[in-house]
Amino acid sequence: MPKPAGEEKQQKAFGWAATDESGTLSPFHFSRRENGDEDVTLKILYCGVCHSDLHNLTNEWGFTSYPVVPGHEIVGVTTKVGKNVTKFKVGDGVGVGVMVGSCKTCECCQQDLENYCSQIIFTYNSHNPDGTKNYGGYSDMIVVDQRYVLRFPDSLPLDAGAPLLCAGITVYSPMKYYGMTEAGKHLGVAGLGGLGHVAVKIAKAFGLKVTVISTSPQKESEAINRLGADAFLASSDTAKMKSAIGSMDYIIDTVSAVHPLFPLLSLLKVNGKLVTLGLPNKPLELPVFPLVSGRKLVGGSDFGGMKETQEMLDFCAKHNIAADIELIRIDEINSAMERLARSDVRYRFVIDVANSLSAVG
Amino acid sequence: MTGLSEEVRPNKAFGWAAIDTSGVLSPFKFSTRGTGEKDVAFKVLYCGICHSDLHMIKNDWGTSIYPLVPGHEVVGEVTEVGSKVQKLKVGDRVGVGCMVGSCHSCDNCTNNLENYCPEMIFTYGAKYYDGTVTYGGYSNTMVVDEHFVVGIPENLPLDAAAPLLCAGITVYSPLRFYGLDKPGLHVGVVGLGGLGHLAVKFAKAMGTKVTVISTSPSKQKEALENLGADSFLVSREQDQLRAAIGTFDGIVDTVSAQHPLLPLLGLLKSHGKLVVLGIPEKPLELPAFPLIQGRKLLGGSMIGGMKETQEMIDFAAEHGIKADTEVIAMDYVNAAMDRLLKGDVKYRFVIDIGNTLKSIS
Repeated sequence: MPKPAGEEKQQKAFGWAATDESGTLSPFHFSRRENGDEDVTLKILYCGVCHSDLHNLTNEWGFTSYPVVPGHEIVGVTTKVGKNVTKFKVGDGVGVGVMVGSCKTCECCQQDLENYCSQIIFTYNSHNPDGTKNYGGYSDMIVVDQRYVLRFPDSLPLDAGAPLLCAGITVYSPMKYYGMTEAGKHLGVAGLGGLGHVAVKIAKAFGLKVTVISTSPQKESEAINRLGADAFLASSDTAKMKSAIGSMDYIIDTVSAVHPLFPLLSLLKVNGKLVTLGLPNKPLELPVFPLVSGRKLVGGSDFGGMKETQEMLDFCAKHNIAADIELIRIDEINSAMERLARSDVRYRFVIDVANSLSAVG
Repeated sequence: MTGLSEEVRPNKAFGWAAIDTSGVLSPFKFSTRGTGEKDVAFKVLYCGICHSDLHMIKNDWGTSIYPLVPGHEVVGEVTEVGSKVQKLKVGDRVGVGCMVGSCHSCDNCTNNLENYCPEMIFTYGAKYYDGTVTYGGYSNTMVVDEHFVVGIPENLPLDAAAPLLCAGITVYSPLRFYGLDKPGLHVGVVGLGGLGHLAVKFAKAMGTKVTVISTSPSKQKEALENLGADSFLVSREQDQLRAAIGTFDGIVDTVSAQHPLLPLLGLLKSHGKLVVLGIPEKPLELPAFPLIQGRKLLGGSMIGGMKETQEMIDFAAEHGIKADTEVIAMDYVNAAMDRLLKGDVKYRFVIDIGNTLKSIS
């Protein structure tokens, strides 16, 4: 039985938080619970900067509770384990992703789909049943129930592997669920950012033919030469877009801004599937005719359950897949956020927490 | 204009056609091709009035070719078969739906999905292989390639079977394809018209629990007592919507007017499916959050292939599924169209062609 807030012993923690809708981050002292019987405490080494962090910082979605410490692509080393913890020991490399709690008893939780539990507790900007608030990975340490901690494969680089904890699972899960892993089939990846670039790598590992669809023609060389995409389609090139009509079996749409769906739906073959992963704060325009006339579908997906996240990490380790990152210091985070807003990053910022975050005073 | 002069085709025929965008139908003489070796010629006995007919006579979609003889829910009795016809013989009860031709060689055709063939030929208002324009079932006789003719079992009355050929297959196919045909699932049907009422009957016969979702409280009694729905939800009642949140495995949306998707997505359980069958004039608003947070999907469907259409007819015969019809005389057709525009029909007009289409001297 969790003790009422205030009675639970708390320990000091330190990170960077935003305190208002300007989204500007600055040093912030807070507290976390002490390590319980089911808990794993990790010293945070790296934390990826996800676009959701930016959405949350500026309250774009309207449900930010300030002060907010973002960060849900957390990699660290275990410093403490509770007495019921069997999967991890001190010194293990571990990861924490988008969630740190769920009800554990509903159908979703029982089917390893904790990410769809109606009582999900997100890693940050959330509250626990006892009323205490959760803070994310732009901080020095975190305490998490073992069920929501991932074992970080030894062969995965800790820094470049961090973004897999959100970006990686966010594209891997729908590829499995919507049956987009048949070798030889043609996948379109719309948007070449944090999600998109990992989608290209994972799709190639599944043996798919991959075309990147992007509004930035200058990304073509990177897409093909560095990321391994088979083709590139600049969405402003109307002739090329027209000739690609009805050529794709599936599309993963990673674009986070409001954007037209019609051109993407046209690229799909009959029975084609479009998975939309971005979370704009306004609805998308959905032309129904292409769905009806081609029996196409538009589906969503929300990161992944713990079992599948572990499976994804192991898959990436096996196929040498990690994110392409730009390592930054914590005090560079605000300018990184400005650049992220302009999509000026190849393709994920990762904060070198251990080497740049130091408590002041 | 037809490519081949009408006078050259051997068989005289007559029907009712619209000659301009007023959509007013009037008696019209034309001729059909001779019965080719793969063709089936039949005397038309009944023809259902589909809402698409109303769109086509008024050229709502901009594709109409006048004179237009509508009708793609056609049933009748075989009068002649070509030398290579194997499945059917003179005297057989048959039906023809929305298509009379396809390429027979593409992936779709090979997979019994002629309805998605890019060269599919509509039963009326389309260019046939010989350059003529196809004329539909508001006529006394038709000649159709055997491949696109289905047999109608003896125990299905012809007048009540006619609407199955478009409305029936249009709801049957997605119930199967999207897996909403499993006993015990909770399926919603939005809109109680030609499509909707058959969706209720098919879904019930498949063993699902069915809730009709409608803006009209007046339809409740019908839905529950006549059609066999398990429950009824008035979509304008916020309390009812709130109470039903997250309780549906799937929803079949037959509404073609503009309408909000958000409440329907909210009604779905996680992993729920929204099937859209109506084609609104403008795009609909698709909110990304509910799709993503519940891993829900939205898919379209359009009629069905020939194999599945026959399967649907046989299923209907086995389960005693008939359309609820208002049988009318041919010369009532214009009044019927006016009433259809207002939704004033339970639930399909069917023209008694055999008894009321008078030949034109």
